[in-house]
Amino acid sequence: MSHVSHEPVPCTDAERRLRALLERGLPINPRPWLTLGEQCGMSESEVMACVYRWQAEGLIKRMGLVVKHHALGISANAMVVWNVPDEAVGELGRRLAAEPAVTLCYRRPRRLPDWPYNLFCMIHGTRRDRVLAALDEIVERQALQAIPHRVLFSLKAYKQRGGRYTREDDSHDRRTPQPA
Amino acid sequence: MIAERLSRPEPAELDAADRRIINRLQDGLPLVEAPFAAVAAEIDLSEGELLYRLERLRDSGVLSRFGPMYHAERLGGGLTLAALEVPEADFERVTAAVNAFPEVAHNYRREHRLNMWFVLATETPEGIAEAIEAIEAATGLPVFNMPKQEEFHVRLHLPV
Repeated sequence: MSHVSHEPVPCTDAERRLRALLERGLPINPRPWLTLGEQCGMSESEVMACVYRWQAEGLIKRMGLVVKHHALGISANAMVVWNVPDEAVGELGRRLAAEPAVTLCYRRPRRLPDWPYNLFCMIHGTRRDRVLAALDEIVERQALQAIPHRVLFSLKAYKQRGGRYTREDDSHDRRTPQPA
Repeated sequence: MIAERLSRPEPAELDAADRRIINRLQDGLPLVEAPFAAVAAEIDLSEGELLYRLERLRDSGVLSRFGPMYHAERLGGGLTLAALEVPEADFERVTAAVNAFPEVAHNYRREHRLNMWFVLATETPEGIAEAIEAIEAATGLPVFNMPKQEEFHVRLHLPV
């Protein structure tokens, strides 16, 4: 668990170009850092040093892949929300995050009177009944019977893509966007 | 941006090598000059085979993203989860209006009175309030803004 730092990390023009390129995805070829360097005016080792620093500073959490759940048949996607007393939410958040079935866990503000829930976690699975069974086990194991919760399955994914944080320069290197 | 309606596709056919690739790469890519060669050696594939399969997985839409997972706030950007209570009869219009915003990264219909849930990602923290105001103006509906206050870390890994 970490409280989020809002300190923006300073960035040169070349680094900004690199970030914009990375947001569109890593090149899939034997020397991806070299390709990125050629596109943003850095050497391969400069690109690697930059990515290393961004990882160390926590700007990049991880360099890897995100699967599209539906395409893999993981079509049951439940947002489970809990109404936890404020003094208990940190401890329960840590316990839920440690559950193998939980893929994300955040504390968020209540929006009373419409929305009393302050702890959100995601559980993914191939079928609703399996997701619900996993949730039942969590409730049992963590003794959460007294904590009000709701399960919000997703009915349809309308839009799914990675966040874009860096405005692309009005540059030459505009490519076809990746499929969403 | 065109409003996209992603219908539920048939699950992709993955073979054992595809599964090894996906499971391994969810843990990240090593920061070496030839990262795919390094990963390929770990999972008993040639580099060429790994690259070919990875491209195929990307092009077939199994991978929604391959690259860095950013910490939005440290980049100086804004990120939040927001919800709308959309009248059923108006759902299509509101979906198109919301998805037209480039700041909207994900948008899901969910089973609740608050039936539309979307993630907003903006270049600056102030951008969130501006985007919310614009979405309220475009939809005529109040946006429930629920930014994360604390993140509890999980190991994000979906075995396939």
